[in-house]
Parts: sequence; C-alpha cells; structure tokens
Amino acid sequence: MSSVIDWEATPNPVKENKAGNIGKPVDRYEGPLKVTGTAPYAYEVEPPSPPAYGVMVSAPIACGKITAVDTAAAEASPGVMLVWTYRNAPAQGPRPARYDFFTPSPRPALESDRIYYFGQQVALVVADTLENAQAGAALVKLSFEADDAQAVTFDDHFDEAVDPPGEKDVEIGDFEKAFAAAPVKVDDVWRTPLQNHCQMEPCATTAWWDGDQLTVHTSVQMVRFAQNSLAETLMMPHKSVRLLTRYVGGGFGGKGSFYEDLVLASLAARELTRPVKVAFTRQQMMHGTVHRPATEQRVRLGATPDGRLTAMSLMTVTHCDRRGNFTEHASNFARNLYAAPNRLTGHRLVRLDLPVASAMRAPGEASGTLSLEVAMDELAEKLGMDPVELRILNEPESDPETGKPFSIRQLVRCMREGAQLFGWDRRNPRPGQVRDGRWQVGMGMAAAIRGNFLLPAKASFTVDAEGVITVKQGMTDIGTGTYTVLAQIAAETLGVPLGDVRVEIGDSELPPAPGSGGQFGAATAGSAALDAGMNLRKAIAELAVSDPASPLSGGQADQVTFQDGVIAIANRSERLSELIRRNRPEGLTADGEVRPAADAAKWSSHTYGAHFVEVGVDTVTGEVRTRRMLGVFAAGRILNWKTARSQLTGGMIWGVASALTEGNAVDPRYGSLINQDLASYLVPVQADIGALDAIMLDEVDDKANPMGIKGVGELGISGAGAAVANAIYNACGVRVRDYPITPDKLLAALTAT
Amino acid sequence: MKTTITVNGEARALDLDPRTTLLDALREHLRLTGSKKGCDHGQCGACTVLVNGVRINSCLSLAVMHDGDQVTTIEGIGTPDRLHPMQVAFLTEDAFQCGYCTPGQICSAIGMLGEVAQNWPSQETAELTGKITLTDDELRERMSGNICRCSAYPQIVAAIKSAAGELA
Amino acid sequence: MRPFTYERAKDAQAAVKAAAETPNAKFLAGGTNLLDLMKLEIEHPAHLIDVGRLPMAAIEDTSDGGLRIGAMATNSHLAADARVRARYPVLTQAIVAGGSGQLRNKATTGGNLLQRTRCAYFYDTTKPCNKRAPGSGCGALEGLNRNSAIFGASHACIATHPSDMAVAMAALDATVETLSPSGAARSFPVIELHRLPGETPEVETHLVPGELITAVVLPPAPQDSRGGSGQVYRKVRDRASYAAGLAAVAVAGGKIALGAVAHKPWRAAEAEAALAAGASPQEAIGRELDQAADNGRNAFKINLVRRLVPAALADAGEQGRGA
Repeated sequence: MSSVIDWEATPNPVKENKAGNIGKPVDRYEGPLKVTGTAPYAYEVEPPSPPAYGVMVSAPIACGKITAVDTAAAEASPGVMLVWTYRNAPAQGPRPARYDFFTPSPRPALESDRIYYFGQQVALVVADTLENAQAGAALVKLSFEADDAQAVTFDDHFDEAVDPPGEKDVEIGDFEKAFAAAPVKVDDVWRTPLQNHCQMEPCATTAWWDGDQLTVHTSVQMVRFAQNSLAETLMMPHKSVRLLTRYVGGGFGGKGSFYEDLVLASLAARELTRPVKVAFTRQQMMHGTVHRPATEQRVRLGATPDGRLTAMSLMTVTHCDRRGNFTEHASNFARNLYAAPNRLTGHRLVRLDLPVASAMRAPGEASGTLSLEVAMDELAEKLGMDPVELRILNEPESDPETGKPFSIRQLVRCMREGAQLFGWDRRNPRPGQVRDGRWQVGMGMAAAIRGNFLLPAKASFTVDAEGVITVKQGMTDIGTGTYTVLAQIAAETLGVPLGDVRVEIGDSELPPAPGSGGQFGAATAGSAALDAGMNLRKAIAELAVSDPASPLSGGQADQVTFQDGVIAIANRSERLSELIRRNRPEGLTADGEVRPAADAAKWSSHTYGAHFVEVGVDTVTGEVRTRRMLGVFAAGRILNWKTARSQLTGGMIWGVASALTEGNAVDPRYGSLINQDLASYLVPVQADIGALDAIMLDEVDDKANPMGIKGVGELGISGAGAAVANAIYNACGVRVRDYPITPDKLLAALTAT
Repeated sequence: MKTTITVNGEARALDLDPRTTLLDALREHLRLTGSKKGCDHGQCGACTVLVNGVRINSCLSLAVMHDGDQVTTIEGIGTPDRLHPMQVAFLTEDAFQCGYCTPGQICSAIGMLGEVAQNWPSQETAELTGKITLTDDELRERMSGNICRCSAYPQIVAAIKSAAGELA
Repeated sequence: MRPFTYERAKDAQAAVKAAAETPNAKFLAGGTNLLDLMKLEIEHPAHLIDVGRLPMAAIEDTSDGGLRIGAMATNSHLAADARVRARYPVLTQAIVAGGSGQLRNKATTGGNLLQRTRCAYFYDTTKPCNKRAPGSGCGALEGLNRNSAIFGASHACIATHPSDMAVAMAALDATVETLSPSGAARSFPVIELHRLPGETPEVETHLVPGELITAVVLPPAPQDSRGGSGQVYRKVRDRASYAAGLAAVAVAGGKIALGAVAHKPWRAAEAEAALAAGASPQEAIGRELDQAADNGRNAFKINLVRRLVPAALADAGEQGRGA
C-alpha cells in the first residue's frame, strides 16, 4: 500500500542523485530523430505494403440529420475504392449515453444519420492516392436537414445553466453577508472564449491487419484508453489491437481522446485488406476535435481597508456539447489560492449543439486565473497596495477551504524572487505614466497555481548482456520530455551511463501508464519507472550475491552499489554486463508500479509560481506587445532543468496567447466556428514573444510521489494571461475583460475613457 | 506527368498526378517524411524546404512546377550521425518539444540566414538602405512564418543565434 | 483538387493564346494563392498555364527615372531591390509586412495583385458567398464580419482585398502592363485594376479572360509638397506578424492609400485633396471617413483608420524631413 509517509522516509537513487543524472539538463533522448526529421509520426510510419488513402467528409450543419445520400459520383471517381456513410459503414460497438475520458468505451464512427455538431465526420472515401481520395470526397453528395431549434450561443442559454452532474457550489462561512459588509469591493465579470488546441500535427492514423490482429500507428496521449476503446468499437478483444503512438506532434489535451481517423482507418484496412491511412485536415481539426469551452466568470472580492480578504467568490458559467459532460472548472483553483473566511465557488453548465468540449492545457486554471488574478490587481489598486504585497498578505497557512496542511508551498517566495529579479520596484503604480516611443509601457504580475496529480501506472526495466537498460512503458511523450526523464531515472537508478539506456514507450503492448495530461505524466510514469528500477536493482543484487562466479558472491544483496555500469560491495566489483552475460544472456527484467498513496489526501499539493511581464501598448492602434516576461516556479524536484524550463516557457506563451490573440467564436446562424484554419485562429508567432524566461526554485515535494517531483506541463499557463492583462492596465489605464484583448477591444476601451 | 527534381543532391525522376504538391511528392512518393504537413495551406511553415537554396512552403507548390530544381529537405541538411550545426544547436538549446514543426524551423532558419547574408530586409528593418544586422527582433520577425504551438520560441531564437555564430 | 492538365508556357504570347483557347484555364505563377484555393475547390481550373519561369522577373530602370517590375519578380526580390529600398521604401515596407518569408519567396508581383480575399465566408464552402457562388448570398453581411470592408462595399459583398503590396503601389501611382489574348499590350493605373464588388463580386478585376499581367511600372519616386520623400507603410493586425491586416496605410508623396478596408486598395482621394487644401491630417482623414460604413462588427475599423492615418502621416513627415 503506497503511503506518503513511506515515500518521504524511504531513500531512493532519484533522491540521492549520486551520479547527478536527476536535474541534469541533458538533450532530449529522441532529439536527434526530431531534428533530422527521422522520427516517424502516425501518418509517416511505413506500413508492410503500400497504403490506401482515406479522406473524411464533415457535416455542414450543427444539429439535424442527413436526409439524402448520393455517393455514385464519388464511387465512380478515379482511384476510389470505398465510400462509406452511416448507411453502409460497418457495424461497431454502441456508444454509451455519456462518456468520459478515462473509461474505455466504443466510439463508433458514421454511426447514424444524426448530426450533433458542425464538422462531425459523416463520410469516408478511400482511394489509391491522396489526390484521388480528396477529389472523391468532394464528390460525396449529402443532403441535410437542420433542426428548427439549435442552441449554439452561450449567451442565449444562460437560463438553462445547471449544476454540473454531481457537483454543488462550495460555500464556506456566509459569503453574501460578508461581501455586502466589506468596506472595499471588486465585482466584475470576465469572458474567456472557446479555444482550440491547434497542435501542429493533425490527428492521423495508419492501420493494417495481420489476420485478426490489428496494428495502428496513431497520435494520442493515452495509450490504453485508445487501444481498449478502439477494440470495443471494433467489437474485438483488446489484445488483438496493438496501438502505437511513439511520436505525437502535440497534444495539449486535444488528443486525450481519439477520433474517427483511428476507427475509420482500422475499419477500412480490414475491409480492403490493405493498410489505410487517414488524417484530419487542419480545418477538420478545428470543429472535429475537442475544444476548450468559453466561460463567463464573475469574481467578487471583499476586503478590509488594510487588504485582508473577508469574502471571495468565483462563479463560472461554461458550456459543453449535448452528449458530453465536460466542465471547464475555472473556479476550482480559487479554493486553494488565497485566505478568506467567507467563500463561494461553483460552476454552471449549459449544453449546446456545438462540437465536443474537453480538456485543454490546464483546464480550469487557464481560464479561471484570467479573472481572479486580474480582480486581485483591481483590488490592490483600490486599496493603494502593491499587487504582490496584497497576495502575500492573504497567503493562507494551510489549505484555505479544507484546512489541510500544504505538502509544500512557496508561492510567496516565487513572488518575492520574481519581483526582485524582474525589477518590479521600478513599476509606476499609476497607469499610463511610462512611454517608449510609440509604446506606453506597463508591468503586471499574477500568481500561478496548478494541481498536482498522481495516477496508477506500471513500467518494466530490462538489463541485457551489454549492460544496456531498456525502459518499457505504455506512456506517451507529446513534447513533454517523457523519453528523456525516463532515461535519466533509469540511468540514475541503475548507475549506468545515460548512453546505455533505451526507452520504449507509446506502445499498448508495454506496461500500462495513464498517459500524458493534467501535468501528471512525468510524476506518474517516472514513479512507476523508479519502482521498476528499484526492483531490477534488487534482482541484479540477488543474482550477483548468489552467483559463485561473481566477485560479489556471498555478500549481502542490500549492500550492492551501482555506479558507472559497475556493481560492487566494498572493493569487490564487476561490470553489470558481465554478470548478466554469464547468468541471463537473454536479459533480466523487473516490473514496477506506482499507486496513489492512501494518505495523500491528507495534504493539499499543488505547484505554484509567479509571473511578471512588461508590455507595450500602442494607444493609437490598440496593439500590444510583450516586451519581457519572467516566471518563477516552484514545482518540486526537477528531473531535467532544460526540458522543464521549456515546458514552463511554453505554458507562459500559451498564457500570452489567451490574453492577446487566441480565441474562436460561433456564428449563431450555423453553429460553426468562424476561425477554421491557422490563418484566422491566431496562436502567437515568433515575433509576438519578446525576452521570456522561466526559473525554477530548488524544491522537493516528498509527499507528492516517491521522487518528490511534480508536474510543469501546465503550470506555466496558469496566471500568465492575467499578468499580461494587468500589465496592459498599468500601461494605459484600461481594462478589457473580454478575452482576447485584441486591438479593437482595447481601442474601444481607450476611446471610451 | 513526368518531372525530374534533384532532391538532396540526387536526381529523382517522378511520374506524378499534376495535383501532387511538392510536399506530398516528398512525403508520399519519395518517402522523405521529414517535411511535415501542419496545415497544407501555407499557414504554418511546417512544410518549409529549400528550393534552389530559397525557403518556401512546399505545400503550396506543385511538384511539376519544380522540374529541374534543386530541393533540399531536412533529410539533406543532416542525419543523426552527421548533424548540421543548426540541428546541433536545436538539440543543445532544446529548441523543440513535440518535434513536428522542427524540420520546417531548421530549413527555414537556414534559408533565413541566407536571406540575411544577401541583405534582404524584413518588417523589423528600420534602416532599409543599410546593412542588415541579425538582432533578436529581426530574427523573430524572419522566423514568424514557422508556427510552434509547443511555443519553443525563446529556445528557437537561442538555437539560431548560436548556429548563426557557428556558421558565420 | 479536381483534375487538371498542366503546361509550362514557352513565352508570354503562347501563354495568353493558350489561355484564350483552352476552356477554364488559369495562369499559375507562384501558386501561393491559387493552389490554396484549388485545394478547397474554390478555384477549379481544368488547365494550368505555368508562367512562373517566363523571363518577366527583371526589375529595370525606366528612361524617366522610374522602375519597371516584371510580373514574375518574386515579392522577396522586389522588396530587397536596392532601388526600391532607396526610392520607394513604402513598397518594400508593404511587401515585407505581408505573408511570411517563405510565402514572399514564392509569390510574384502579378500574383500578389491578383490574390483573392481571405474572408472567412469565402473560404468556408458551406456558407453562402456571392463571390464564390454568385447569387447564393453574402454570409458575412449578417455574420462575424469584424474584418470586412468600410469603403465601397455592397449588400452583395463586404470582403476586402488582402494585399499589402497593392496598397503601396496604389499610393505610388503605379501602372499595370498586360498582354491580351489578341496580342495587344495595354497599360492602366493599378488603381483601376481591381473592381468594387457592386452586384458582381465574383468579377474582381477589369482584366479580360486570358489577359496576363506582364509588368508593373512605377513612376519616378514621389516628392511630397515639402520637398521631402516621406513614405511610410503601417499595418495594424491582431498579432505581430504573419497575419492579415485590420487596417493598413501607405503614404507616399502626399498620396494616401488604405488597405484591408475595401474590395481594392483604397486611394483616400478625399483625404489627399483636403490635405493639399491645407486641412490637418485629422480633418483630412475625417473627410475620407465620411464615406465609410460599418457592417455591424467592424465599426472599430473606422476609428482605427481615423487614428492610424495621422500617425502614419506624422511618421512620413518625419522621414521626409530627414531625407
């Protein structure tokens, strides 16, 4: 039984870090493949024979049904081998009434004539070449009838908002009374837009069969979930499906599930008895894969004149699709961040006839910090206090709602160090006072917080006769650095050079891990790997002491040391490879696992940070540029300073995007998104980002998991956008509470004053 | 339709559907899958290759338009056993995460340095008639045609600066 | 894409002849706009005539001190030309404000002029669009039309022309030279190349079918009324680069052209006249904006232009004084 007490008390090679692999900023394990273009992504894997090409057709209405199907022209089109609609697609397992993203279940494609959202996939054309498939797809003639009533606009359906299933508002004390009585108040509403993940690699699958065994190469974040769900969709045994996802061109939560490319490529390959590959177009990605839903958030803060919060509330209204359940929990983090005796947080959910809503990088915090961290800035101004000091004043000693002790919390230190490094004391607290040519310059800050999670996972380690350690895990690396940190853990645990470690992940035949998401990846996968490594050490040690041919023969197994590929007890030693070559030339394997600790719930465990940013606002045009930005983060022991920093700066840039450029909108007449490609949906480009850096505090959180590490994949985005919004206010004296803060909105605010 | 394109120094005789883009010719016909399809509409730069030394988006070109041209893809820039200094710099500076935009970034960076060497101006160039210096702002502007959603932008800048120093 | 046949033109005469004689033929130069649209089947020529390698890429001095720019000169080469940078900096600035390095390396002068709108309703083939499908309606009119036209729009179409280069050329009083299928050559001001949408937004230019743009000619570099040569291009957009403009302005020798505000580059003739008559920049642009109309979601553009133009004139004035 896992226990936090045990984790804290038990030494292990990662904590001891004798060889210094842990934390070392080594280059990415798979880096040479990625920089040379030789890492094969899903659409690029070489199948056993030339593949056929599948192209999907998407619905042009949001809500209704298909009334006529004419595929004659498509079928007659040159090179076309197969045209499927709901009328002739193969039978698949039935979709459950509601689905979540952890329980495998069937996701049939082309399942009925019913249209649930604009862009839903409604046909597949497979042809001998990509060009023939594309041309054939354009010839599929479908007629649609849109329902008279369709609910596609958030605003028009607020009155239908309900509590998310199984959830209730969380109230501590008497918020309304305390807020009404508070001498200083903030009461404002913020809006965040629907957002799309825009991973650089569109979803894609290459599939082929060997008898009744299916092999798919695809691009997903969660191996087992996709494998098992695919098997159930195809109504076949799980173990008959081998799912590989070794290189994923970006996930960010958008590939936490899987899509019709996986199902249709598999079905078509079976039908045609040849490999088939199917990819989403970029346009299909925008509607046909999940998105972060929009929110409307009302923040109310009540404080005493000396800055103590007496009342704090963040209420979120958000939306999800008709058949879904996802709630963007923008209010949750507010339960852990600041002290205030009277509190009210909760969510309301509107169901709309829109594409599927789901998790996108830091679900909850990414949206919620955009309101609360600006409200705190507003409060600081009303109080005449420095925003950093206001937050420090309201720093809780333990979890402000549950009273649980923090596992470790260095938010204050992040803020103080960040302020000092950034030159925060040079900020003029009065807005609109600093000019640099055509730019009005301002500084802003915000706090960052993101939950820390640990899920069950397994791993196996094998040592071979060359002394090479192979880590095997059904985990994914979506750019997060999994390959690399697993290699570092293996090298440190078995005392071998990093060059003697191999990492195999992204394969459903390997020991299962939950995948990448919720910034739980490294901690979860790594903890299981550590356990496997420790078990392999034990197995090696026992082998050595019981091998008469080993210099360590007769010694005590628990005294065996592992260093530089050599095992030793005092001055008796031999190379690990020699021991294995003699005894187990076929290799020696040990398994490991991690389970969440039963007592983990006793602590409040998060990652924290502070953002500082300087922006320039062109008050003539409303354009904003980030000039420099710094994040200081406390996220436990860092496995690799280089890759962790990249995750954090990446997250910070996502925050800048949320503040300034990113968002989608629904045309209510059609229930479709207006931005359908990368020219109109604006993620930041290189020129949008000035000097930007992230620093990590030296910290260990021994209560988080056996390694004392936490995640960094999502922490960077939390609070970053709010810091930008606060800097804009400091630069020009206006606040735009409707994200993103585009030039038109800023101009409207500037000219209204 | 027949066309001959020299790819990474090797003349390749192809017989293609005229609709085949240069990108798909490379990826699907020559199985040079290093160049990536991020959007297929010239909006992301992941497909960037060098044609006669000049960077273009290969998704917005037809293979048949390149008869007689010299095309360099990421595979021609370097291999894991023989890395180009730009590739080494990307590794060292961690200028990638998921890796999907990376071949395009590298080809684009090499093309971009060539443009700077020819003194071509950019939107950042204040003094149009003078000599271009590759400041950070110039570098960022010139690389803005390569989107990175992992947002490895600061690291990409560091890598290109480092490699530019090496290659100068 | 729909299937097509492809030929590489031997010379300009052969190109226009083939265009005239082959049904549903189109010229292909850089392809950065045409191929984009062909992939969506918004354009579906049956025959492509590749003119990209015709010897029409040279940029040459003209006898009166101007510049003749071959239609096949790439955007990058044109922007980098030392004479353009020295004498027509507004043109360089405009070109490098558009697209990306990769796109500018492939796009040609002729192609840039003839590129089509980026209106979301034009691009989404499930939506009504009179430009794409005449008579089907305008999806943008009652839609999310934040980036639509404020000048010269009609109830049939409110799209804008996305080119930056064309705006600078309009301010420079450039001339377009063409070769017609009849074999005749003609030239006309670039400002007369593009049409306003009227009732037929699908007809975007005054070119006849099969007419090939062969060159753009710039007159000698402009002098403004104060004897300087103040030229400036400013483009406002939602991110720092690689994005369509919300509004753009080219100033050259007292001429003002606006971009991203109409179906064609918009010469602000009213503003120019007012300035020449001694009005302040604010008054002048105000006069021009009297003709502006918003479509429900783009009123901010009127305000933006009102602020942007005086700022650009000030920049240009400073540059002129320094020359």
